[in-house]
Amino acid sequence: MKENLLIVNICKEKLHYLEFVKPICDILDNNRIRYFVRDYIKVSKDDLKKASRIIICGTSLFDNYFIKNLRYFNWIMDFDKPILGICGGMHIIGSLFGGKIRRCTEIGFHTEYFSKEFLGLKEKCEVYHLHNNFIDFSKLNDFEVYCGGEVNSHPDLVNSEEKISKSKCSQAIKHREENIYGMLFHPEVRNKEIIRNFCLK
Amino acid sequence: MFHTPSITCVEKQAEAMDIPLVLVKTIGKREEELYDLEKAIKLAIKKYKIKGIVTGAVESVYQSSRIQKICNKLGIECFNPLWQKNQEQLIKELIKNRFDIVITGVFAYPFDVSWILRKIDKNFINEIGKLNEQYKIAVAGEGGEFESLVLNCPLFKRKLKVVGFKISGSGNAFRSEVRLK
Repeated sequence: MKENLLIVNICKEKLHYLEFVKPICDILDNNRIRYFVRDYIKVSKDDLKKASRIIICGTSLFDNYFIKNLRYFNWIMDFDKPILGICGGMHIIGSLFGGKIRRCTEIGFHTEYFSKEFLGLKEKCEVYHLHNNFIDFSKLNDFEVYCGGEVNSHPDLVNSEEKISKSKCSQAIKHREENIYGMLFHPEVRNKEIIRNFCLK
Repeated sequence: MFHTPSITCVEKQAEAMDIPLVLVKTIGKREEELYDLEKAIKLAIKKYKIKGIVTGAVESVYQSSRIQKICNKLGIECFNPLWQKNQEQLIKELIKNRFDIVITGVFAYPFDVSWILRKIDKNFINEIGKLNEQYKIAVAGEGGEFESLVLNCPLFKRKLKVVGFKISGSGNAFRSEVRLK
């Protein structure tokens, strides 16, 4: 199937599109990957059929409107092609699988530790955080946490003197059986290669 | 954190856009200056009931994350519509949209005093492109290599004109204090 990625926009404010969706479009353009963009409330059955894979972009710190509209994302449970949720997109995935949204503010660059390779990231990597909330995916049996939360409780990391984030938030996750990925950090800022690597999955 | 060359020109720019201006002094000390920024934003919230801040951040996580933190603390939205935008594309769009911009400060090798008050136009893009290839100078000055001043743009109700200037500096670092009419 020829690549035709669907980008789902969850931003309530139009101006935030330029900050959270446009940079993803630019990465795809630079990698010559074909895509189309839809607002989440307008995603149709035809769009889902056409899409070879899906990225659900993030939005601003105060924009949680999409969580009230989770019913628009029920298609995630039946979609059999790869999905990547970024920040708010990860909240949507976790909420649909029964996770609870919890409060935790992290803003700026942090060095995170990846317990195993995650879309090209491994061991220590600098990532850009911008969130007020997270979902503890270690409580969801369907998912494996690759970075953050329980990963940071490993004795080697707890005793490490290196400046590695001790974030309690699940930062990078994957469904154990399906190609469903989520990341709380924003790859469009420091880890653009993740987007390209996701398109190879 | 802050842009300083010709900073007093913001009063004329606010007049040209016909929007109110909030002025707060800062001595510009790293991290402490953030309290002054927070004070200014609090004043704007109180006086003008603003609901959000729009920044021009393109690449600087140092600046954008600090403003994000202040907005988050004060409960207002932070918009960064130029975030991660290709810098050459950004400069080209400014020219296309008839922004009249001049350089007011240079702070990196191989710039010299001849760049001060130079207009950002097609020739500028060509030359800055060469400096980018040779010396990694950021095309839109996002690394703090240069600072600029808008004399006219679609938001202005009238053009501003440089009627005087004072240049200071040496080597590869020069700044100008411009007077506008």
